[in-house]
Amino acid sequence: MATRSPTTKSAQAQAAAGGTTKAWQIGRSHRKVDAMDRMRGVARYTDDLKLPGMLHAKIMRSPHAHANIKGIDTSRALNLEGVFAVVTGQDFKIPYGVIPWTPDENALAVNKVCHVGDGIAAVAATDEDTAIEAVNRIDVDYELLKAYFDPEEALMEGALQINPHAKRGNLSKNLILEFGDAARAVQNSQLVIEGDYFFCGTTHAALEPHCAVAQVDPNGLLTVWSATQVSHYLHRELAKVLELPAHKIRVIQPPLGGAFGGKSEPFDLEFCVAKLALITGRPVKLLYTREEVFYSHRGRHPMKMRYRTGFSREGKIQGVEARTIIDGGAYSSFGLVTTYYSGQLLCAPYDFPAYRFHSTRVYTNKPACGPKRGHGSVQPRFALEVQLDKAAVKLGIDPIDLRRRNDLGSHSTTINEFRIGSNGFLACLEAVERASQWKQRRAQLRYGCGLGVAGSTYISGTNYPIYPNDMPQAAVQICIDRSGRVRVFSGANDIGQGSDTMLAVITAQELGVELDDIRVLSADTDLCPVDLGAYSSRITLMVGNACLDAAHKLRKKVCAAVAKRWEIPATRITLVQRKAMDIEDPSHHIAIAEAFSWAEADHGLLGEVGSYNTPKEERHGTYRGGTIGASPAYSFTAHVAEVGVDEDTGVVEVKKIWVAHDCGRALSRKIVEGQMEGSVYMGFAEALFESHEVDPEHGGVHRGPSLLDYRLPTFADTPPIESLIIEAPDANGPYGAKEAGEGPLHPCIPAIANAIYDAVGIRMDHMPFDPPSVLAALDTRRASDMAGTTTRHPRPTGSATGPGRPA
Amino acid sequence: MSHGPVLSFELNGEPITTTVPAHWTLLELLRYRLDLIGSKQGCDKGDCGACTVQLDGEPVLACLTLAATTQGRSVTTVEGLGYQRGACHPLQDAFDRFDAAQCGFCTPGILLSAEALLRKQARAVSREEVRAALAGNLCRCTGYTKIIDAVVDCGERLYGPPVTEAAPTD
Repeated sequence: MATRSPTTKSAQAQAAAGGTTKAWQIGRSHRKVDAMDRMRGVARYTDDLKLPGMLHAKIMRSPHAHANIKGIDTSRALNLEGVFAVVTGQDFKIPYGVIPWTPDENALAVNKVCHVGDGIAAVAATDEDTAIEAVNRIDVDYELLKAYFDPEEALMEGALQINPHAKRGNLSKNLILEFGDAARAVQNSQLVIEGDYFFCGTTHAALEPHCAVAQVDPNGLLTVWSATQVSHYLHRELAKVLELPAHKIRVIQPPLGGAFGGKSEPFDLEFCVAKLALITGRPVKLLYTREEVFYSHRGRHPMKMRYRTGFSREGKIQGVEARTIIDGGAYSSFGLVTTYYSGQLLCAPYDFPAYRFHSTRVYTNKPACGPKRGHGSVQPRFALEVQLDKAAVKLGIDPIDLRRRNDLGSHSTTINEFRIGSNGFLACLEAVERASQWKQRRAQLRYGCGLGVAGSTYISGTNYPIYPNDMPQAAVQICIDRSGRVRVFSGANDIGQGSDTMLAVITAQELGVELDDIRVLSADTDLCPVDLGAYSSRITLMVGNACLDAAHKLRKKVCAAVAKRWEIPATRITLVQRKAMDIEDPSHHIAIAEAFSWAEADHGLLGEVGSYNTPKEERHGTYRGGTIGASPAYSFTAHVAEVGVDEDTGVVEVKKIWVAHDCGRALSRKIVEGQMEGSVYMGFAEALFESHEVDPEHGGVHRGPSLLDYRLPTFADTPPIESLIIEAPDANGPYGAKEAGEGPLHPCIPAIANAIYDAVGIRMDHMPFDPPSVLAALDTRRASDMAGTTTRHPRPTGSATGPGRPA
Repeated sequence: MSHGPVLSFELNGEPITTTVPAHWTLLELLRYRLDLIGSKQGCDKGDCGACTVQLDGEPVLACLTLAATTQGRSVTTVEGLGYQRGACHPLQDAFDRFDAAQCGFCTPGILLSAEALLRKQARAVSREEVRAALAGNLCRCTGYTKIIDAVVDCGERLYGPPVTEAAPTD
């Protein structure tokens, strides 16, 4: 008779399972469930779909930034051979908007155009060439109006109203929130830092252009395949605008070629293909050109920000005041939320005793802005983190230490009444400090080279959905069959971030199978439960929790069936390595497929649903707007950037970026690292390369709507990125997991700005930090050197090279 | 619409004869007529590299290559990258292991640029060499890091570790 203790047996079982049983899948690196299809060239993205009899559509777009449409004559287009149908704004009179409070756009312009590129009419023809020819034959009679490209000008008395649905002239949203007496707190501070910052607009530039295909079947079911990251909102808006019941519409998101927020609301092409398919009875496809992608935009808002921040002599923040003008472009998009986020998401990781922000979003005659990775909070984060750096220099405090002194801590409440759970910010700071050898190297770098730091926080989904309802925020259905195969049905949109793999990892963890045994079917409104989509970094926490709920219910059924046959308690059964195993005697096991068949015999067909809803109690403020920006869990990030600045050319070379991100728990390590690296890259690109602008001197046309003119960093431009995963598990996340897809972008831009100051003593408060701006700032600094007014620069902790560090 | 003149070339190791309108690009021919959808259209202007294929073993942009110019030549697309039917190329395996593809839209083009680099060097390659060779292929998801990891690793697996740090060429 063996005398091994149960503990030993259990330890053996754990060893057999590769460490702890939790380590069966969670925290490992995985091959993504859909990667090989994409790499072999067989994954069918939307533009890869080809249906019998399919027509091709094109949209006629406005060459004017602001004009009334006095008449449209489509007859010459309709008379062209090969043209099947033409639609105009008269076919889409119901306005829509992704935020239900601001339905202020039509699928095609009804009576006026509000920016260059606004859609006016759409044509379906036998092929693209014919559709383009037909578009050229549409005659529009315009009455030109004065266009506004500057938000402050658009707000002036007597300015023409841009958006016909707007309720308050060109004011899109005005918001003041105050917590404590910020003005007095700043006034009474020992140090006040004031700064004016400008964040230029940037766009997503996902490599896959937007594309949609529609088909109507003989029973009248409309199917729309679209490169969208929010199938559900698209589904709702299609039903509204087309006046069809939602159950007569099926939305499918095929594999997606990148999104970054740029595909998070309905676009004109989806309504157009649907309507043209309904009219012609033929399938219709519409693919944007790259130029159309730039004009459709919905990218990061330009923001003019004025910050006043008060500090104690020890570097403690005493109060923050922010005034922000947000250039919204022609439509609301997510702008209501953006306006809140521009202030609401700033209240961690630092403790503010007093805070006031005033944000104003304005309509202008430009492509509408919307959400881009780190929605609404990347811009104010830039301003605040540079403010902190300026204070550190003035106070002679190491910038990392200054951030430590202001740490809000875990299980805390922000000044705007958001409840923070786990918080790994200090560990993030320590990790980048150590990895970059901050203390040693910063003291030794020669003039022209510098290190900069910045920190941030971000949400893991929003506590309340976009349209008010009490239903779960996420739901997943899982089915098991006797072959050992598991199918996961989820409405969540995998946009390349790996959410399908995340669901497979959780399911495999709970059911003891390999990722290969799992088929994830996602983002098809006919097959899958409703999910709200890929935005606000909600999927891992919310859909992950729903998946865990369903998988856990199935695990219990399977364990119970095995326990019954083995006549041992179900708590002794574990599911790992495609086996059901007795924890106390790992040699006692059966194949998982057999365990599944036992469970099916006991319980009937094996399927479970899981749901997730956010905790609502004491999570957020009770004031108006106090729910916007509240999240079940918050991630934290710190960056250190190292730069070299060439004084002759103004070129900033980022040599390396260290990023530490508290994702709660890394469910799949390489995917988390990939999100961190991609975020850093995107922030780096915005800091140094990108500027999404129209040209007022040329009637509001885009300055460079191509992937050459709109500069993006290539392999050769992008610095090495070192990812440091920090895990502060949060009670609200699945296995403690929080987001990793957006938070890691935030500190990148201010970390680079702060490193440029460290290198050459110039403050880059306006983006991007391109060579002309750097050269101009260097000239200004030299003039100030001559005048003897240069602030002691920079090494606040006592650089050997001293002030100015002349070359 | 005319189907255009007859065109014969080698596609992924097999001879092919088709017709093509004279103004069509190789990308249009591949995607629209031959249903080889692995080559992606990201910009149609030669800016992004998503349509990269190989012409006689050299990476070219299919969106800037007139289909007619492939007459008598050899074209390789991502569909032809596997060593044999059903098996993936070691680069594809490396990309899979390193999670070097996120959305995957740029991946076919990058694989073809990287394959040409490894085949021509026939030795382990450095990160700098990968950065230079792939500079014509944009990726917006990965920050390039894991792609470089995968190509360097694949080079070492195929050809062994780098001989010396300083070896400029073979």
